[in-house]
Amino acid sequence: MLTVPHTTNYLTEHFGDDAFTTLEGYRARGGYEAAKKAISEMSPADVIELVKDSGLQGRGGAGFSAGMKWSFMPTDGDQPSYLVCNADESEPGSYKDRILLERGGHQMLEGILIAAWATQADTTFIYVRGEYAFPADQLDRCVREAYDAGLLGENIFGKGFKHDVVVHRGAGAYICGEETGLLESLEGKKGQPRKKPPFPAQFGAFGMPTTVNNVETFSHVPHIVKNGADWFKGFGTEKSPGTMIFGVSGHVVRPGLYELPMGTPLDEIVFEHAQGVPEGRKVKGVIPGGMSMPILPAGMLDVPMANESLRERKTMLGTGGVMVMDERTCMVRAACVITYFFRDESCGQCTQCREGTGWLNKIVERIERGAGSEGDIELLLDVCGKMEAKTICAFADAAAWPVQGLLRHFREDFEEHVRQKKCPFPESFEL
Amino acid sequence: MVISEEARAAIDGEIARYPRKRGALLPALHLVQKELGHLSPEATREVAEIFELRPVEVMEVISFYNMFHARAGGRHHVYVCTNLPCSLRGARGLLKSLEAHLGIEAGETTSDGRITLDHEECLGACGYAPMLRVDETYHEDLDEARAKEILDALE
Ligand SMILES: Cc1cc2nc3c(=O)[nH]c(=O)nc-3n(C[C@H](O)[C@H](O)[C@H](O)COP(=O)(O)O)c2cc1C
Ligand code: SF4
Ligand code: FES
Repeated sequence: MLTVPHTTNYLTEHFGDDAFTTLEGYRARGGYEAAKKAISEMSPADVIELVKDSGLQGRGGAGFSAGMKWSFMPTDGDQPSYLVCNADESEPGSYKDRILLERGGHQMLEGILIAAWATQADTTFIYVRGEYAFPADQLDRCVREAYDAGLLGENIFGKGFKHDVVVHRGAGAYICGEETGLLESLEGKKGQPRKKPPFPAQFGAFGMPTTVNNVETFSHVPHIVKNGADWFKGFGTEKSPGTMIFGVSGHVVRPGLYELPMGTPLDEIVFEHAQGVPEGRKVKGVIPGGMSMPILPAGMLDVPMANESLRERKTMLGTGGVMVMDERTCMVRAACVITYFFRDESCGQCTQCREGTGWLNKIVERIERGAGSEGDIELLLDVCGKMEAKTICAFADAAAWPVQGLLRHFREDFEEHVRQKKCPFPESFEL
Repeated sequence: MVISEEARAAIDGEIARYPRKRGALLPALHLVQKELGHLSPEATREVAEIFELRPVEVMEVISFYNMFHARAGGRHHVYVCTNLPCSLRGARGLLKSLEAHLGIEAGETTSDGRITLDHEECLGACGYAPMLRVDETYHEDLDEARAKEILDALE
C-alpha cells in the first residue's frame, strides 16, 4: 500500500481518507457532480472547448494538449469509437499513476466518463500494467460500483448516453506504454508499436477511432469541469497549467510523491520537499522526468518543472519522476543500468533501436570495467545520433537521450574510467 | 484437457468484453497461468484452439511478455527491482544477499521448488526502494533482515 503524498493539492487532497476510494465516500465529497454537469448541461463540443481552454497537457510524457487530442476524434459515422486509459506506467522513476489508481479510482473514472461524453466514445479500455495487481483490483471494484449505481452502462444520468469500461491487465513489457504498442497488446498481440500515420484517432484499438490518455490526464478533468478553465490556469505556469504529481526517488531524505503546481523549481522539490541528500552529502545530478529524460547537473536545478523551461536545458518533464544522485554516484554505472534497461525492453522491430540499444549497453559496460578506449565516447555519441528520430516509435530516442545527457554533463566521469582503466568511484552505488 | 471447465467459462466471459475475440488473449493467458502455474505446450495448444489461432501465434505472445512463463518455476516468484532508483538505494546488494541466503542465482529456483528468484525492471515503487515483488504482492522500504524474513515465511 502506498503512502499518501507528502504534499497534496486538488488531485490527492483526499488520498489519506479510505472512504474516498469508495463510491459513497467519493460522492460525499462531490464526486460525479462534474460528470453530471458535463453530460446534462454541456454539449460534447463545449466540454472539448473547456478542456482546450484550460490548457491541460497530457501527463503521460509528451505533454500534448488533451482538448486538442479529443477534437481529432471523428464526430460523424456510425462505427464505434474508443478511449484508452494508459495505466501501463513503466517509465523507471514514475509511480504517480499507481496512487491515482489505488486511492483515486473514482476520480479517474469520472474523468474518463467526461472524456467519453466529449468524444462520444462507446467503450474505454483501461490498460493497467500487469504488475499492478492491487491497483487493478481496486479499479475493478470502482468500476463495479459505478455500474451498480448507473454511472456506467446504459442511459447514464438519464440522458440516453451509454458507456462501458473494461479493465485490461498487461503482462510486463515497457513498450506497451507507447500508445500504439499498447493498442497492439490490447488486441492480444505482441506489443510492437505501429507505424504512424494512421494515428489512433483514425485507426486505433481494433481498427476504430481511439483516443489514448494517461491516468493522471483523466484525473484532472473532473476538477476542470467543476471549477472552470480559469481556476485551473491559476495553478502552474502560463503554458503549463495545473498541478502534477512528482515522484522523487534516489538519494534523498524523504523520497515519495509530491503534488505541486507545474513550474515548481526542481531545487525546491529536491531540497525543500524531499529534504536533500542524507548525511549532508551534495547532489551530483538529477534526472527530472523519468529515466528517458536527460540528466541535469547540480548547478542547473533552479529550473521550473515545466516543459518550456526544461527544454531550454535540453531535457524534458516526461512523467515527472525525479531521480536524485549524490556526489558519490558513478555516472558510468548509472549509464550501465539505464542502457541495460533499454536493451532489454526494445521490441526489436527497428534495426537502429535493436542494435543501437545493445551497442550503447556494451560500450558503457566496457568503460565501467576499465576496458574502454579513447574512441568509445565518440562512438557512444555516434550510435545515439543514428538512433534518434529514425524509428517506428520514440523508444529509440528515449534510449539515446539519457546517454547524451550523461555525456553532456558528466563526460569527465567516462574519460576518467578510460584513463584509469577502472571505476574511480568506489563509494558509488553497487552494480 | 489441461484447462478446466471453470477457466474456460471465465475465458468466455472475457471474450464477451472485447470487440474482437483475440482482445481477450492476455486475460485468458493470465487465467490459465493462474490455474496451472505456467503455460505448458498443452495449455498453449488449448488456448490457441479457443482463440482459433495457431499455437505458434500464442507462443509468440507468451514469449513477448515477462509475466508469462512457458516453463514451470517455483511455488513463489520473488523479484527484486534493480532499476536505477532502486539500485541507488541498495537493491543490487539486497539481491546478492538473497541469492546467498537461498543458495541460488537470480533466474534460478530453489531445489525444494519453493522460490524462483529474479531481478525485474522498475515496478512503480521507486520512492519506497528497495522493494520485492512476491507473486502479486509488493513489499517496500526493505532492508536485508526484513527481506529475508519475508522469504523465510513463504511456504
Ligand atoms: C517508449 C514509450 C513508453 C511510454 N510509456 C508510457 C506509459 O507507461 N504511460 C503513459 O501514460 N504514456 C506512456 N507513453 C506515452 C504514450 O505513447 C502516449 O503519448 C500517452 O499515453 C498519451 O497520454 P497523454 O496525452 O494523456 O499524456 C510512452 C511513450 C513511449 C514512446
Ligand atoms: S523504436 Fe525500438 S521499441 Fe520502438 S518500434 Fe522500433 S524497435 Fe520497437
Ligand atoms: S526503480 Fe525499482 S520500483 Fe522503480
